[in-house]
Amino acid sequence: MEVPILKQGDFLIATIQAALTDADLMQLRSALVHQVVRVRSMAVIVDVTALDVMDSFATRTLREIAHMIRLRGAETVIVGIQPEVAMSMVQLGLTLEGVTTCLDLEEGLVYLNQKKAKSTG
Amino acid sequence: MPEELSLPIKSDADIVVARQKGRALATDLGFSTTDATLIATAISELARNIVSYARAGQIALKAVMRGSTRGIMVTATDQGPGISNVSQAMQDGFSTSGSLGLGLPGVRRLADEFQIDSKAWEGTKVVFKKWNV
Repeated sequence: MEVPILKQGDFLIATIQAALTDADLMQLRSALVHQVVRVRSMAVIVDVTALDVMDSFATRTLREIAHMIRLRGAETVIVGIQPEVAMSMVQLGLTLEGVTTCLDLEEGLVYLNQKKAKSTG
Repeated sequence: MPEELSLPIKSDADIVVARQKGRALATDLGFSTTDATLIATAISELARNIVSYARAGQIALKAVMRGSTRGIMVTATDQGPGISNVSQAMQDGFSTSGSLGLGLPGVRRLADEFQIDSKAWEGTKVVFKKWNV
């Protein structure tokens, strides 16, 4: 299942809507890395609210997405990690070090808009 | 849901099916959402090990009892190359396939009971149990 990516102002928003296979995750990574420069986005938000499992592969792929987007000159914010998912990740020893996370999409947009205001103001 | 379910694991799509069936069984057995998520995540890691290292295998899901306590038993079996050094594979950070190397030690931390048997060139069997206490 392909993840829809919407352009909203200076940001790209990828909203995961159902369980993803490894191939889906890799497709998302590739799509974001290509699109972020094509549409000249400052930042990418990946909304993982619908993900009920984040295993080592999903975590690693999200971290790779954030690092690749940074190399492309933009920022990534992961939003919507569910409480049970966070607990499982910690117990498994999975981390998203160096990746910005926010509670939900709303918080993610507030964070990025504040950052944008600071850099342009 | 039947008491025992055996699922073939051959591709990344099978990983998703296995963890969804595991979550459904855990929920049927009365596990909390948190525990059901732990169980689904463990199944995902075990199924991924099968696809990455052995290419094909099975995940069996079973409702089990210990006295009056209900639990779930997940058995991951493959006929792959096996793990030549099990104690090394159970250390955090060890990996031979370029993955994170957190798979098996992490899964053991999620389990109440965990057992691994592996023979070089014969395959690997991992048994994971969690009790609903």
